[in-house]
This record gives sequence, structure tokens and C-alpha cells, in this order.
Amino acid sequence: MHTHVEHATARNPFIAFAARWLLTTNHKEIGTLYLWFSFTMFFVAGAMAMVIRAELFQPGLQLVEPNFYNQMVTLHGLIMVFGAVMPAFVGLANWMIPMMIGAPDMALPRINNFSFWVLPFAFTMLLSSLAMEGGAPNFGWTFYAPLSTTYGPPSTDYFVFGVHLMGISSVLGAINIIVTILNLRAPGMKLMQMPLFVWTWLVTAFLLIMAMPVLAGAVTMVLTDRHFGTSFFQAAGGGDPVMFQHIFWFFGHPEVYIMILPGFGIASQVIPTFARKPLFGYRSMVYAVMAIAFLSFVVWGHHMFTTGMPLGAELLFMYTTMAIAIPTGVKVFNWVATLWRGSLTFETPMLFALGFVIMFTIGGFSGLMLALVPADFQYQDTFFVVAHFHYVLYPGAIFGTMAAVYYWLPKWTGNYYDERLGKIHFWAAAIGVNLTFFPMHFAGLAGMPRRVVDYSLQFADFNRISTIGAFILGLTQLLFLYIVIKAIRGGKKATARAWEGAWGLEWTVPSPAPLHTFETPPDLARVREEEAGFGAPAGAGATLR
Amino acid sequence: MSEAPRYYVPHRSHWPIIGSVALFLLAFGAATLIHQSTGKVAASGESGMVIFYAGVAVLAFMMFGWFGTVIRESLQGLVSEQLDRSYRMGMLWFITSEVMFFAAFFGALFYARMVSVPWLAGAGSKLETHLLLWPDFFDTWPLFMTPGGSATQAMKAWGLPFVNTVILVSSSGTITFAHWALRKDRRARLKLWLGVTIALGVTFLALQVTEYLHAFHELGLGLGSGIYGSTFFMLTGFHGGHVTLGVIMLSVMMLRILKGHFTPDNHFAFEATSWYWHFVDVIWVFLFTFVYWF
Amino acid sequence: MSVGRADCAALLISLLLAFPDTGAAVSLDMREGATDMSKRILALHHMSLTVCVVVGIVVFGAMFYSMWAHRRSRRPEPAHFHENTRLEFIWTLVPALILVGMAIPATATLIELEDNSDPDLTVLVTGSQWKWHYQYVEAGFGYYSRSATPRQQIENAAAKGEHYLLEVDRPLVLPTDKKVRILTTSQDVIHSWWVPDFAVKQDAVPGFINEAWTRVAKPGVYRGQCAELCGKDHAFMAIVVEVRPAAEFDRWLARERQRLAAASQEAVAARNKQWTIEELIPQGQQVFIEHCATCHERDGKGQQGRYPALSGSRIVNGRIEDHLNRVMNGKAGTEMQAWAPQLSDVELAAVLTYERNSWSNHTGDVIQPKVVYEAR
Ligand code: HEA
Ligand code: HEA
Ligand code: HEC
Ligand code: CUA
Ligand SMILES: [Cu+2]
Repeated sequence: MHTHVEHATARNPFIAFAARWLLTTNHKEIGTLYLWFSFTMFFVAGAMAMVIRAELFQPGLQLVEPNFYNQMVTLHGLIMVFGAVMPAFVGLANWMIPMMIGAPDMALPRINNFSFWVLPFAFTMLLSSLAMEGGAPNFGWTFYAPLSTTYGPPSTDYFVFGVHLMGISSVLGAINIIVTILNLRAPGMKLMQMPLFVWTWLVTAFLLIMAMPVLAGAVTMVLTDRHFGTSFFQAAGGGDPVMFQHIFWFFGHPEVYIMILPGFGIASQVIPTFARKPLFGYRSMVYAVMAIAFLSFVVWGHHMFTTGMPLGAELLFMYTTMAIAIPTGVKVFNWVATLWRGSLTFETPMLFALGFVIMFTIGGFSGLMLALVPADFQYQDTFFVVAHFHYVLYPGAIFGTMAAVYYWLPKWTGNYYDERLGKIHFWAAAIGVNLTFFPMHFAGLAGMPRRVVDYSLQFADFNRISTIGAFILGLTQLLFLYIVIKAIRGGKKATARAWEGAWGLEWTVPSPAPLHTFETPPDLARVREEEAGFGAPAGAGATLR
Repeated sequence: MSEAPRYYVPHRSHWPIIGSVALFLLAFGAATLIHQSTGKVAASGESGMVIFYAGVAVLAFMMFGWFGTVIRESLQGLVSEQLDRSYRMGMLWFITSEVMFFAAFFGALFYARMVSVPWLAGAGSKLETHLLLWPDFFDTWPLFMTPGGSATQAMKAWGLPFVNTVILVSSSGTITFAHWALRKDRRARLKLWLGVTIALGVTFLALQVTEYLHAFHELGLGLGSGIYGSTFFMLTGFHGGHVTLGVIMLSVMMLRILKGHFTPDNHFAFEATSWYWHFVDVIWVFLFTFVYWF
Repeated sequence: MSVGRADCAALLISLLLAFPDTGAAVSLDMREGATDMSKRILALHHMSLTVCVVVGIVVFGAMFYSMWAHRRSRRPEPAHFHENTRLEFIWTLVPALILVGMAIPATATLIELEDNSDPDLTVLVTGSQWKWHYQYVEAGFGYYSRSATPRQQIENAAAKGEHYLLEVDRPLVLPTDKKVRILTTSQDVIHSWWVPDFAVKQDAVPGFINEAWTRVAKPGVYRGQCAELCGKDHAFMAIVVEVRPAAEFDRWLARERQRLAAASQEAVAARNKQWTIEELIPQGQQVFIEHCATCHERDGKGQQGRYPALSGSRIVNGRIEDHLNRVMNGKAGTEMQAWAPQLSDVELAAVLTYERNSWSNHTGDVIQPKVVYEAR
């Protein structure tokens, strides 16, 4: 079948190009598509963040109408979460998981293409709502009823179906990843020998399969409450607006771990490489990820402490939420122990990974503070929460992704990126992030609510700093774009094992990785022998961990 | 079955992108159609129906094409044992995700029964809710009278619903008989039991329609009859949709069997369908228990 | 501990901004507040922050030490250890113990916080887009409280006042040293009634009533805001509470009830009077600007797709009963709310008259307050 397609397209380069990317079933090409899509969405949502920050530069209404502001906040949150972070991680999974486990491709290559190509349509639909009468969704990314049901703008229905599409894409993507990991490992690779990035993705995919359908259910109920007379979220019919929040957060909290677990995996790949020392506590790392995943299903109520939950429920959710700090702590401590007495160098991926560990932990700390119910009464719905989640998301999810991109770029393109520019990017981004998001803690503590277009005078100083930081941060992302393009076009050539401390199957294939790798499964025993010949320490790489 | 040397990786396929287009048309069309037909909000276009049905058509085209391709590959012996395992695992995880979709609605049902309805009637810390806002409201389930004052009657469990339970549970048995027959390569029996399963599925659907008509016309029970009606119709409705899908899948299996497809040890599509059918059955048992019975 | 972090940040701030208005006034801590509870929550905040800072110092300290001491130029040969069960056990157990230590005071505080029994006074707080209504349940009277920040300040056409966005026309008045139970509910979407100085934040959920309580020792004016996204003007939903000594509060209550009685007498008089169009239109314009223009705009053109234009509207130019009905009762499930409970007969008559004779509408109708009264 493919020969006849190629015949038809060979002549016209544009059609050939379109056909290649539209029809591909190759995990590397699809990974590339995901990554570029995610990057585009990151810029779109980032531009919206710039609108938000510009409006908040000073008290008073300067640039946008209150209603448009709410639309920007909503779309910024939705697109960052569903358009930037999740596809970025799926893209990395596509590129790396088959290579890390010695598989020829993803298990279901056509489904893989399908999962990707649903996304651009879903986001076209979501973004088109900006042009609709009544404007885009304006009820926050959490779309609480009844603001999104009875009071939602007409475009809400397009949002609902857009979320359905995103859900289909994520669930199919997750199924593909799980099946690949469970079924396509090189003969002899036990689960407990898989690289941690693969492990974290296995658990993430499980979370996706469990959580995304619940979101689909939630939006469906929003739709029927809006149009078909159901009363899930209306007291007059025996429902409850707060029921929406329970359903949403049952999805929403696993979702936030979906956005961090692959980041944990990346840090667990990058840090050992540049510490030249095997990952400390491989087993406990794996168990910790599982514990986090399990707990993530029983903590959702911590987003709802002020909704009038009974005391018993508040206490229960407080305890379970606090418990998450234990496995997460295990991970942090293990990373530190990996560094300990290693032989450290600080190439850009390592810088991002270390920045990830430190700043994610800061975000985790504020999360722990939020978990204390009485204190949450003061923090809830203030900029303190905004500070918390940007610390876990920006230096967490985004820094994690950037570490991965720098780490694997030589494998993808065959070229090293410009190390000097990479370092500049890291430092500028680190400064930008802290300048943007640290003052938000103070604004929140002083009493500034979130999702407000205007604020009273005592919060002005914090916001001014945040806005300056945000623009610095925004500009540094342009530098990132430049660095990536530069590396694609050329640069210092990379060997197969691009980093001397890097072990594992993905480093046994040439750089750039040919389109098809491991068409026949690798012989793990031989790989281990070879790695040992290059001086791989016990417990690293494809060697038994 | 011969062990294929390599894991089969198809090179390029136009079906996925066609599928994406189909989903987009479906989604966009559905939203527009809802705007046009319910009139609660300003319609944002006139063409909802056209777009929606275009989506349905493209989707059907895609399904035929895609599954056709897979069937051809299978007949060509490209499906190694490993690939077969991928398909199986994929199907199982897909069913898991479906279970979670139903879980959302069951969650809504339990929340309504155990939390929101008692609260509206003043349970726990919500005494003032009852006293000040809904003084006339009482906690009953099924909810005969909503706080807002709209009345309905409940669906009895031991009439049609019970018959339907018997039907669906037995159909789970008949599909298993069919499967055994297939494994022993007894084609006539296979056709018989599969036919019976399809017939049971269709009967179930017919009875379900009857029940809905009864609900609308005699009980005054609809989607709008408060949370009881909402959960009732959402759960049974989505379940009915899944049964319909299951019946279509079974019928496709029948056609393929009539064409001579499947061998005793290579019949993934048949097994997937039967798993799906069992899943639909299990969901129904939960439905019967919590929606109708208790 | 927290001071160290705070100082650093303060330094950062002053380095960054050479703005004259920055300085001593900037507080980086959570607000102390005016109630026992708010102080205990502040203590809880300090406790958890301290724990986090200490753990942070240990963890980041180890990291930075390692980055410095174990960098390649100092240690060309890495160690190879990668497991230590005892160590891993310890750093599972110790955080667990720390967490238990944090949970105990949090639990104690929470249990007290949720004890809404035996109030001296109950106030029913009802949120609606975008104002609050306060009902003194025992005394049986109540009123609306709306943001009082002038539009010009928001639009940067006038200098912003000291309490920009945190001022209202009629504050909630409470007595000192009384346990006040606060019931919250809503007319439309979810709002959240939050006064930081009381550490009370309770969502106002339509169709349900939530409870919270406070006891304020010190008289004074306390300010807060709605803390749940509730639509367009969520940022402009201010809360002001005036706490007065108990005796003064009782006097205020008596006076308010008297005023209420007088006002209803006045209303009867006003209703029975025959009004002219010249009298009604200016008043109607005022009402319109105050209450309606946020959505329907001063030029009556509304906002495309969200808020219908009243200029040329079929309802406004149609039958008076329909128009009156729409304004008095609103339209359920839209942002158009019922105005009958919020506006007096005269105000309603005036705004209707104004609408029917403004922009492109020239019906010439004059609606008498009496008509409104009869429609109630
Ligand atoms: C990547 C995403 C991510 C991650 C990983 C987390 C992690 C955590 N989050 Fe966060 N959270 C969000 C994303 C995330 N969150 C988002 C998006 C929101 C807002 C949603 C919205 O409303 O829009 C939110 C909101 C949110 C709230 C609700 C706030 C409110 O609205 O009132 C709470 C409350 O409990 C909370 C808690 C936590 C906790 C306890 C963790 C823990 O997992 C953190 C654990 C980590 C550590 C604690 C640090 C490392 C540990 C150690 C070094 C061990 C030793 C430490 C001690 C013993 C102190 N989060
Ligand atoms: C992964 C998720 C993620 C990421 C990466 C970000 C990144 C950023 N976020 Fe986001 N944010 C959320 C998830 C995320 N956010 C969520 C879930 C919410 C809650 C929404 C809700 O309340 O419903 C939120 C809410 C939120 C708010 C609160 C709004 C409010 O409550 O009123 C603010 C305010 O400052 C903000 C700012 C920023 C900024 C400045 C960035 C920056 O880091 C962005 C930097 C990136 C770029 C700028 C793009 C690249 C560059 C260009 C496009 C070129 C043009 C650049 C210039 C003109 C300088 N975010
Ligand atoms: C929060 C926003 C908001 C405010 C404030 C508001 N309205 Fe409305 N109004 C609406 C919306 C939305 C509708 C459309 C309702 C519908 O869907 O038919 C509407 C409809 C109307 C209509 C019917 C117009 C038509 O042609 O359908 C009239 C008359 C009206 N409002 C008068 C008023 C008056 C008088 C006031 C102030 C006292 C007011 N409104 C304040 C939002 C508002
Ligand atoms: Cu009311 Cu926000
Ligand atoms: Cu959470």
C-alpha cells in the first residue's frame, strides 16, 4: 500500500512533505510532530500569559476587558495543560521509549498517528471559540458549574467537544504507551530493569487511562445540564454544584501528577549521566512513583476545602495529601544521593535537571502548606496557589521537558546544541521563573485573589516584579527556539553515546538515530558486555540495575 | 500460526488522518447542531446537521477502510503472536477506560444519593440549607419530588429491567458458547450461538426503548425530572449506546464468520468483541443493582 | 526562619524597584488578622513554613555542597554506590514523623474552626453577580452591599483612593466579642465570602447554605473580596465589615430598623405621587449607570453575543408588562438577574422610563411607581 502512496507523491515536494507527516506511522516522526505541536501551543498559551501579566502590571484596567481577561486565563490554563505539557511528554515518550526498551516502534503505530492528529483539530476548535459570538470560555480551566453550565457562553459547547477530542487523543496515546512498554521490551528486559523514564511513563499512562474518561464524563454532564435539562449540578433538581468539583478534581488531581511524573523520570535519567554514577535507590524510586500514583486518586478534596465539606472529609483529605510528601521526598532524597560523591559536570541538561529538583521541591513545599486545611482557608484561591502550581509546573514540567530536549537533541539531530547559549538559556530562565513566580507567594499571603483582572493598591509592587519577570521569561523562550533550530541545522557532531556518562539502549544506536531502530530486538547480554567494556559501572545502563 | 520474524510495523496509513477529520467534523457538527436545535443559546451556524452527518459518513468510511486493512494483514499472516498480544492488551486497556467513563456517572449517582439529596433535606452540617432554602423537601430515593418541586415516578426494578437483566446475562453465556465453538472449529454451532447473542442484544435494545417510552409517557420520567431522571437516563442511555455498538460489532463478526474468517487460534477481533460484550453486561449488572433495585 | 527568607526577598524587591512607594509598608508575611483563629492560622503557617525552610536547607544544602565538592574537577572518579536500605528507610520515616507533627496542630485548629455551635448572632450572606446581600437573621432585616469604587478610578481616569476596590456603599456591621455565625449562599454562581483578617473563607454555593463563624475582639474596619471566579466582575466584588463595640452595634441595629420603617413610609408616599417624565429620566439614568451599564453599556448597545442591546430592543420597545417583567424578575439562568428585590418602586419606574426614552428608543411612555408596585 505504501508504495502506491509514495508513487503518487514523489513528484511534488509539497505533497511529499504533507504526506510524510500526515500519514507517518513512525514513532520518531510522530514524536517530532508532538514536540513541535507542544512547542507551538506553549507559545500560544505563553502569549496569553503575557496578556495576563501585562494587564496585571498595574492596578486599574489598562489593556483588556474583564471578560476578555477571564478568557485569557481560561485558555492559558487549558492550553498549557492539555496543549503544551501533555503533548510534550507524549512526544518524548514516542521518541524515546521504543529506543530505550529496544522496540522497533510503538505497539500500535497507526493509532499513534491518530492520537496525534486529533490534537490539532481539538485545539483549532478550542481556539476558534475566541472568534465566536460571546467570546471564548471564560470560567477558568476548572470550569466550575454553574458558571460553565447555565452561565457559560455559547462557545462552551465547542469547548466541551474539544475536551472530548483531547481525551480521546490522550487515552489512545496512553494505551499505546502502556502496551509498548508491557509487550515490546527487548527479550530479557525485566520490568525492574527498565529505565526510570519508561517506568514513570508506564505509571503516567495508567493515570491517564483512569483519569481522562472521568473528565469526559464531567464535560458530558456539563453539556447535558446546559441543553438537555439534567440537574447534576443544580440544587433545585437534587444535584449539587459542588458535585461537579468532586468529579472534576477526581480527574484533576491525577492530572497534575500526569504532568510531573515523566519529569521525575527525566531527572532520573539526566542526573546519573552527569553525576557519572548509577541512580541511587532504583527500587525505591519505582515504588515511590507507584505510591504517588495510588495516593493521587484519594486526595482530590484538597482543592475543595472551602466548599463546605464536612469536617471528617476535610481531615481525611488533609492526611492523604500530606502523605504524598513521603514518596515524593524519597525521590528527592534519592536524587541528592545520586549526586553525592559523583563526578559532576554541569552541561545544560544537568542544569535544567538540578533546577527542576530544587524548584519543584519549593513548589512541593508550598503544596504541603496548602494541604493544612485551616491554613488553606487563607491561601485558597489566592496567588499563593498560583505560585504553588507554577513552581511545580514551570520549573517542574517545563524544565523537565527542556532538560530532556537538551539531553536527547544530539540523539535526535546528530548535533550538539550550542552549549554556551544553552547555559545562558538556563540562567535566564531560572532568573525569570523566580522573578515571575516567587513574588506571587507574597501577593497571595497579603490577600490577593487569583483570576482577578484588577487589584487593590497594596499588591502593586509584587505584581510589577512578576510582570517584569514574566517578560524576561517569555523572551528566553525565543532563545530556546533559536537554539533548537540551530542544532537541527548543524553543530558539533555527536557520537552514538553523546554523553560519556550515558548508558542504556538508546545510546547504542547511531546519532542521529536512523528512522528505524531495533527492527530486530537487541541482544541485551551483548549490549551489557559492550557497556562494561566502555566502563559502565554496575547498576547503570542496560546492565542489571 | 507461523511466527512472523519481525514485529509488523505498517508504513504510512491514510486512515488515521481520515479518522481525525471525521472526529473533528463530528465534534464541530454536534456542537453546532446542539446550538441550533435546543435554542438555549444563539446558534452559531446553520450547517450543524450537514457537518455532523458528514462526520458520521467519514467515520464509517474510515472504520471500513481501517479495519479492512487490519483484516487483510491478518489474513496475510502479518500478525505475529506479539502483535496479537498488543491488540489484546490494547483492547483491555480501552475497556478499562470505558469503565472509568461509567465510573464518572456512577459517582454522580452515589453522590446524589448519599450526599446532595440528604444535604438538601438538612442532613449533617446542612440543616440551614433545609430550613432556609428548601423547607418542604424530603430525602427519598428515587427522588419523587425535587427540591424545585417537579414530580416524577420511579422505574420499577422487577418488570422489564429484570427481564433485560436475564437477557443480557444469558447473552454473556451464549457469546461464550460461541467462543468455545470457534475454538473447537465447529462453525455451525458458532453461527448459531452468535446469532442467538445478536438476537438477545437486539431484544434488549427493543425492551429498553419500550421502557423509555413507558417512562416518558406514563411515569413522566425524563432527563429533566431532577437528579433521579438525570442519572437514570445518563447511565442507561450511555449503556444502551454501548450495547448498540456491541451489537454492531457482533454483527460484523457474524459477517466475517460467514465469509469464513477466523481460525481456532487466530480470532482476536472475535475475542475483543466478546470481551466488550462482557463489559457491557457487567456494567448492566451494576446498573440494575444501583439504578433500579436499591 | 521565615524572617531570613523574608529579608532576602525584601532585599530583592528593593533592588529591583527603585520606586519611591516601595518600602517599609510592604509585608511579606500572611496577615495576622483580628481574631483568635486568624492568629492561630498564622502560627500554623509559620510552623509549616519553618518546617519547609529547615527541610529545604538540609536538602538544598546537601545538593549545593555536592555540586561544589563533587564536581568533576575535584573528583574525577565517581563513587559507585547505588543503594542503602537503612538510609532509604530513614528518609521515609523521618518525613513521616515530621508530617504527623504538622498534622496534629492542624487537626486541633480545624476542629475548633468547624465548630459552628452556639452563635450569638447569625448573618445570612448571599452572593449574586457582583454584590453581597446581608441578612440579620434574628433581627429580620437586611440590605445589599455593593462596591463603591468609582468607575473613573478603575478606568484610570481618576487617582485611585486608599481603599481602591476594597470599599462598599454599605458595610456589614458586626458587634465585638460575639460569636457571629455566617451562613453563605448564592443567587446565581458560586462566590466565596472572604475576609482575610477573620480567616473566614466560605464558598457561597447556589442552593446550599454553608456555615462559618467568627469572633472579633477589636473594633475596626476589615476588608476582603470575593474569592471564587464568578464571572466578569469577580474582581470588583468587595467586602467591608465594620466591627463596633457591642452596645454601639445594638444602637445601630435599632436605628437601622427605624430607618427601614421610615423608608417604607416614604416609599408609600412616593408610590402614590404622580411622576413626570422630567423627574424620572435623570433618576433613571443614574440607576442605569449604577446597576445596568456594566452589561448593557451606557450607550445601551450591550456587548455583541453576551449582553443584548437595549437600544432598539424589541422588549424595551414592546409591551410595558413584558419589559417590566424582564427587569423585575430577570431571566433565569442568565446573567440578567431579578431586580425587583434590589431596587425600589421609584427606581424601577425611573429606569424603565429612561430605557424606553433613550438612545434609539422613543416610546414616550412614562411608567409610574404605582404600576411597579402593583406588579410586585
Ligand atoms: C505538576 C503539578 C503539581 C504537583 C506535582 C503538585 C503537588 C502537590 N500539590 Fe498541588 N496543585 C497543582 C499542581 C501540582 N501540585 C495545580 C495546577 C493546582 C491548582 C489547580 C487550580 O485550582 O487551578 C494545585 C493546587 C493544590 C492545592 C489546592 C490549593 C487550593 O486551591 O486551595 C493543594 C492543597 O492541598 C495542593 C497540594 C499539593 C501537594 C501536597 C503536592 C505534593 O505532591 C508535593 C510533594 C512534594 C514535596 C513536599 C517536596 C519534596 C519532599 C521532601 C523534600 C520531603 C520532606 C518534606 C517534608 C516532610 C516537609 N496543590
Ligand atoms: C504547565 C502549565 C503552565 C505554564 C508553563 C504556565 C506559564 C506561565 N503562566 Fe500560568 N497558569 C497555568 C498553567 C501554566 N502557566 C494554569 C493551569 C493556570 C490557572 C488558570 C485558571 O485559573 O483557570 C495559570 C494561571 C496563570 C496566572 C493567574 C491568572 C489569574 O489567576 O488571574 C498567571 C498570572 O500571572 C500566569 C502566568 C504565567 C506566566 C507568566 C507563564 C510563563 O512561564 C509563560 C512563558 C512563555 C512564553 C511567554 C511563551 C514564549 C514566548 C513567546 C510567545 C513570544 C512572545 C513573548 C513576549 C511578547 C515576551 N498563569
Ligand atoms: C450582569 C449583567 C447584566 C446586568 C447588570 C443587567 N442585565 Fe439586563 N440583561 C442581561 C442579559 C445577559 C440579558 C439577556 C437575557 C436573555 O438571554 O434573554 C439581559 C436582558 C435584558 C433586557 C431584555 C432585552 C432584550 O431585548 O432581550 C432588558 C430590558 C434588560 N436586560 C434590562 C436591564 C436593566 C434595566 C438592568 C439594570 C437595572 C439590567 N438589565 C442589568 C444582563 C444584565
Ligand atoms: Cu463573586 Cu467572585
Ligand atoms: Cu491536587
